[in-house]
Amino acid sequence: MNSLDLARWQFAITTVYHFLFVPITIGMGFLVAGLQTAWYRTNKVKYLRATKFFGKLFLINFAIGVVTGIVQEFQFGMNWSSYSRFVGDIFGAPLAMEGLLAFFLESTFLGLWIFGWDRLPKKIHLASIWLASLGTLLSAYFILAANAWMQHPVGYTMNLEKGRAELTSIVSVLTQKTALATFFHTIPSAAFTAGAFIAGISAWLLIKKMDAEMSRTTLKLGLITMMASFVLVFISGDVTSKIMTEQQPMKMAAAEALYQTTDSAPFSLLTIGTLDGSRSVFQIDVPSVLSFLATGDFKGTVKGVNDIQAEYEKTYGPGDYSPNIPLAYWSFRLMIGFGALGFLFALLTLFKMRREGTPRGKWFLPAMIFLPFTPLLANSFGWIFTEAGRQPWAVFGLIRTADGVRAVVSAGSVLFTMIVFTLLYGVLAFIEVGLTLKVIKNGPQTELDYADPKLGGSDKQTLVMAY
Amino acid sequence: MSLETTWFLLISVLWIGYFILEGFDFGVGVLLPFVSRNEADRRAVLTTLGPVWDGNEVWLLVAGGATFAAFPEWYATLFSGFYLPLFLILVSLIVRGVSFEYRSKYGNAKWRQRWDIAIVISSALPALLWGVAFANIVRGVPLEKSAQGHIEYVGGFFNLLNPYALLGGVVTLTVFLTHGAIFLSLKTAGGIRDRAHELGLKIGMVAAVAAVAFLLWTNLALPAFNSKVALLSAGVALAWVSGLAATLKRREGWAFIFSATAILLFVSDLFYALYPRVMPSSLGAQFDLTIRNASSTAYTLKVMTVVAVVMTPLVLIYQGWTYWVFRKRVSASQISHPERGILDTATHILHQ
Repeated sequence: MNSLDLARWQFAITTVYHFLFVPITIGMGFLVAGLQTAWYRTNKVKYLRATKFFGKLFLINFAIGVVTGIVQEFQFGMNWSSYSRFVGDIFGAPLAMEGLLAFFLESTFLGLWIFGWDRLPKKIHLASIWLASLGTLLSAYFILAANAWMQHPVGYTMNLEKGRAELTSIVSVLTQKTALATFFHTIPSAAFTAGAFIAGISAWLLIKKMDAEMSRTTLKLGLITMMASFVLVFISGDVTSKIMTEQQPMKMAAAEALYQTTDSAPFSLLTIGTLDGSRSVFQIDVPSVLSFLATGDFKGTVKGVNDIQAEYEKTYGPGDYSPNIPLAYWSFRLMIGFGALGFLFALLTLFKMRREGTPRGKWFLPAMIFLPFTPLLANSFGWIFTEAGRQPWAVFGLIRTADGVRAVVSAGSVLFTMIVFTLLYGVLAFIEVGLTLKVIKNGPQTELDYADPKLGGSDKQTLVMAY
Repeated sequence: MSLETTWFLLISVLWIGYFILEGFDFGVGVLLPFVSRNEADRRAVLTTLGPVWDGNEVWLLVAGGATFAAFPEWYATLFSGFYLPLFLILVSLIVRGVSFEYRSKYGNAKWRQRWDIAIVISSALPALLWGVAFANIVRGVPLEKSAQGHIEYVGGFFNLLNPYALLGGVVTLTVFLTHGAIFLSLKTAGGIRDRAHELGLKIGMVAAVAAVAFLLWTNLALPAFNSKVALLSAGVALAWVSGLAATLKRREGWAFIFSATAILLFVSDLFYALYPRVMPSSLGAQFDLTIRNASSTAYTLKVMTVVAVVMTPLVLIYQGWTYWVFRKRVSASQISHPERGILDTATHILHQ
């Protein structure tokens, strides 16, 4: 493998790994903030137990999200220096804004929240988890705007002399519909993920008869969060696919393995193609649904890979402009499939709870253990689809991924760092999962004493939180 | 002041903030086993960093992001050129952050011991490597114009390990150790405070010698005598000696102000020696990366200036407020059941 392939693998590994933790963090932050608010409002201790219990899980997860995020900030310069030179004038701005507006807010107020139980008055302590959560939201917004610009560059002009794209309107970059649609797709997905996480864990506690008072409440909270967010994910997913059809028709055609331009195009449930992916042999289809997904009209025309390829050759010169079609096709289906599976589990459980109180049955425990994994898989496949489907472009229409790396960094160096990152991330995953399972097995703490402290706390007391 | 100069200044401010704040974090991390006598001590030491280390580290991320936005050529050349040192720093920061969060979750002595070793190494390595990296930037590294017209690094890894750069590494390591010791003596009580005080004095002397040698070398290596660089260097020495004197007199607050000031002046000195270059080339001035040939467009710099001018004071206020909230000293006696980890046993499980 050359340094390009290795850099691509490294980016894929570190980014997919990072994004396992990100949506849990974003969603859990808000849910824990919500639980703490419920405690603040009602003074019911079950909400305090839930805040502390899920807060612990939130923080174990957050730690890995933070440290793997550091790599993301520098990886562009290290492995993708040509890309960085080309896009820096535009792409750097949202990254710097993310740091200044989001990272500081998130890290500072989370520190206050973790260590502030006996140092901050109740109200300010509650405000700090909300501010930290707001930080995660802002962070998502800026980084998604940067990614949206790679999907659909706007507000720029090309400087051929300097060989780079230059920013002409930051407002277009931050408010283009691609960015907004992605944001409203990703954030509800994060809520869905955290909802599944909380629901799965609460169900386990309920089955093990641990703190039934709390776990019934949090199970319901998790499931209802999943229901509500799924609706939003569904709507924004629909909007996103229409924008994608308009801006990146090749990605949509690849997602459907649709080679010929078709009216009333069917949605394919299963395709078996030739090994080189250039032709499909066997398909199971749902008539006209693809046309509806892509254009909003059951009779609409969806362009096929072959026609788009011919069109792009005219615009961009000779070359292969189609992504890896089996990868795009399957990642698209797995994203939707795992999301829908999680939703069905949640719906069924909620329905059963309504009818028979605590859900029972052989299927229930394994389903609930599997539940948190459904959105994690859906999220990962979603990003794999979005990024792999844009290939061969790094920034659509402007710079190819292959032109983003430079020979300054040898293949050996990239291979070495990739191996170390992968091993390190593997070890961290092992430890993280171990700690998470331990917290769950221990269950919520039941002895909690809380006295509303004055600002700064008192001198001689024992610390509630110490490293 | 031109936009490019403004951004050169802003980026130096971000690095100053980073080195003052994470500087003591690194120092405390390395000193952990040396100022502690027992488990309660170790946990008290780590608790002084607990609420603040992550916010301190963000200064680095923002410095990186701001460099990407304001000087993309600098960002690309620096991080692809200094590939392996930066990689080692990243790995250290990953291990360090996780160590803080996970170390005391279990009481198991072996578990904690391993994380402690990780904390020491992952704090020492970046403290050393940042000095090596910055000394190399100031000294100049082999940069050449590529076929694409970009100025790129053409030296290898071992090019970066020259005597001047290694001395720079010793300076940052010893300075951060001293700064961390002073921070600990300011933030703890009892035995830790005394031991940190002693260590701060001893390491502070070593740091003084290393820093003076390094600054002399820096001044002499300049193509022409630069009175402002010399003046800043003298300022560093003065602040450092004042810090040591305050430490000797056990005026811990003053000692911390002086060591922070010394770091501020030290980083300013290096940036001043660079200006208007951001990465001088050892292969000839025509290959220097400067604030002009490395910068973004005026429009991007303007947008970012507005964001920085609005946000930076706000960040300083709420981060400063955090230090005020956690202003009380931490003592070992405040740690209840230091050997117990919160995940060891479920103390009381409610069965219903």
